[in-house]
Amino acid sequence: MALSGIQIYKMLPQTNCKECGFPTCLAFAMKLAAKQVELSACPYVTEESKKQLAESAAPPVRLITLKAGTEVKAGNEVVMFRHEKTFYNKPGLFLRLKASDADLAKKAAAADAYKVNYVGMDFTLDGFAIEADGDLSAAVKTVRGVSKRPLILISNDPAALDKALSQLAGETALIYAADPSKYETLADTAAKHKAVLTVRGDSLEALADLTPKIQAKGVEDMVLDLGGKTLGEWLTLSTQARRLALKSNFKPLGYPVIFFAGQNGPEKEPVYAAQAISKYAGFVVLDTFTPELAYALLVLRENIYTDPQKPIQVQPGIYEINAPKPESPVLVTTNFSITYFSVANEVEGSGLPAWLVVTDAEGMSVLTAWAAGKFDAERIAKAVKEFNLAEKVSKKRIVLPGHVAVLSGELEEELSGWEIRVGPREAVDLPAFMKQALN
Amino acid sequence: MPIDIPKDKWPGSIKKITLGATAAEGGTRAKSITLGGQTTLPYLHFEAPTPNSPAIAIEIKSRKPEDWSPLLAEVWGEAMNDPAKWAKKAEEAGADLIVLALMLADSPDDAVKAVKSVLSASGLPLIVWGPGQAEKDNELLVPVAEAAKGEKLVLGICEDKNYRTIVATAMANGHLIEARTPMDVNLAKQLNILITDMGLPADRILMDPTTGALGYGIEYGYSVMERLRLAALQGDSMTQLPMIVTPGFEAWKAKESKVGEGVPESWGDWKARAVHWETLTAVALVESGADVIVLRHPESVKRVKSAIEELVMA
Ligand code: SF4
Repeated sequence: MALSGIQIYKMLPQTNCKECGFPTCLAFAMKLAAKQVELSACPYVTEESKKQLAESAAPPVRLITLKAGTEVKAGNEVVMFRHEKTFYNKPGLFLRLKASDADLAKKAAAADAYKVNYVGMDFTLDGFAIEADGDLSAAVKTVRGVSKRPLILISNDPAALDKALSQLAGETALIYAADPSKYETLADTAAKHKAVLTVRGDSLEALADLTPKIQAKGVEDMVLDLGGKTLGEWLTLSTQARRLALKSNFKPLGYPVIFFAGQNGPEKEPVYAAQAISKYAGFVVLDTFTPELAYALLVLRENIYTDPQKPIQVQPGIYEINAPKPESPVLVTTNFSITYFSVANEVEGSGLPAWLVVTDAEGMSVLTAWAAGKFDAERIAKAVKEFNLAEKVSKKRIVLPGHVAVLSGELEEELSGWEIRVGPREAVDLPAFMKQALN
Repeated sequence: MPIDIPKDKWPGSIKKITLGATAAEGGTRAKSITLGGQTTLPYLHFEAPTPNSPAIAIEIKSRKPEDWSPLLAEVWGEAMNDPAKWAKKAEEAGADLIVLALMLADSPDDAVKAVKSVLSASGLPLIVWGPGQAEKDNELLVPVAEAAKGEKLVLGICEDKNYRTIVATAMANGHLIEARTPMDVNLAKQLNILITDMGLPADRILMDPTTGALGYGIEYGYSVMERLRLAALQGDSMTQLPMIVTPGFEAWKAKESKVGEGVPESWGDWKARAVHWETLTAVALVESGADVIVLRHPESVKRVKSAIEELVMA
């Protein structure tokens, strides 16, 4: 838990020597509490205070970074519910492959190349989990031949892991997994290769017993497998682990969680992965790669991890779709990216030319913005004038989203000389409306 | 080492409400469904049991919808031309209750006929939606409410501009109502206040917070539901109502589900994608507190049902 300025002050020398650049130790302590200076600016802090301050500054869920040609981060989360602030580090999506698989290279290459665009952003999978049911080193080599993404190595054989990790110099891989019966050698292997170590136990108590022992062996970076067999159990375990870390500042469980979504077969896998994404997993391992599942999960992850204070927005302005002419219709919508893309995609797909006026609704959808007073006649009229729409079009006619039909009277008053039409409520119905009603 | 797990103890709880009436209760349903009663956040069994499992509704229409995805037409087939057959098929597909959506083309007589035929074809509790235009909703829902007096239907969809007539007829004929607001905690509370002020008891309101599909604003609906549930548990009585959501309607309007052509290759197989879209939208909302989940595709019903079973199991 973060310390206050006064608490920090008590750990400083209290000599007011000014070497840190501040007139007093208290002033320095206040700046430290606000995270505006580094502790190292004071040359006189005791080792004991340094340790205490470092511990208090540590995030409740440790930040874990897996590194190869690309990076994936987990941890550092601060809330139970996204509306309280936001969820920060999107859970990495990994595909599990078997070392014994004759098609290993092909499967890894296909998943590695997968890329999908969602509202202007490109998404990919994050890496691979290789199961050592055959020669692990050979498999790592094969996968490295086609992908530069981070790896999870599934094995509890220290010798096999040592050999495989030797090929991954400079990378940070994740080992799966140490359990109470066999953790010492795996901890040594992890320490030697600076790998992250997964810790597995039958209960939160067993896990909490084990992580300090592994830490004592020199491994700081850990990931937890919480166990459990059903959606209900996983929800309970992940909620408890997150609460212990955030609310009780319970360090033994302050690590990101890994979840295997394919453990009860492919039919349940999408739902299992979805719950893991919404409910606190740091790494999600899939057994199935299909474009349609990857797309759905990547979008869910993006949605859940979007900062509620900063909805994805597009620039307000006039967007030209399918090379509109002066007589082409004018459509109005808000600058919430999903709203914009739904409308733009539909119109674009229809091949019909149109001018799309995107108003500044502070990144809210039509209904939400209307309810919040960010999408009203005044704002629409202001956008029309500001963007000089009248100079671009010959037919002064504006189509409002059906959800805000109530605005049409007011808008007519605000924009004299313009005809106001009420369009459909949903973007999918726009092409039909444009064909039938706008001729 | 023994661990002291932080547990929440809430002052508030969700009201219990019952949909549908059996013969003993003055209706003709084979069984009624009770929802709500929760005293903590969804499925946290270490704090409190889940007193009533959420229910899955399948949405059917009074006549064949022309704008539904071909994938849905393929699974429901001929039954789409006859709401009674469609309701039966929905029951076979695992629905706990039926949503019958009336259409603009229906006359009051058509609407009453459709509702009666569904009531006699299936013993499940029934939710009836008007076509979504204020005047037409009133014109159809009033005779429906009268004709099905005592069945404890849910009548919808009440919005702030259009709730008085529907609430009045629900009160007069012993039904419940569905109260929808656009993804906003305060608007949801306000509408519940307006409706209870008319004299309808709160335990006859299903709250519909509205949602977006996966990729189309689901995070708003998701967070509004979490906030409504937290407010309810903290003791705000006007949010202590079971929630109904419509992931079927939302997901099948998304291009990802609706169409199979002219979409990027990276979207993968159409049919599998459509079911993922509906299922994942639904499951996220189940996790955030949905009590009635309205779906369209039988495969999604199967998957969401299995997810609910695993969550409810202690
Ligand atoms: S350098 Fe250290 S001891 Fe000197 S004033 Fe700053 S905080 Fe105090």
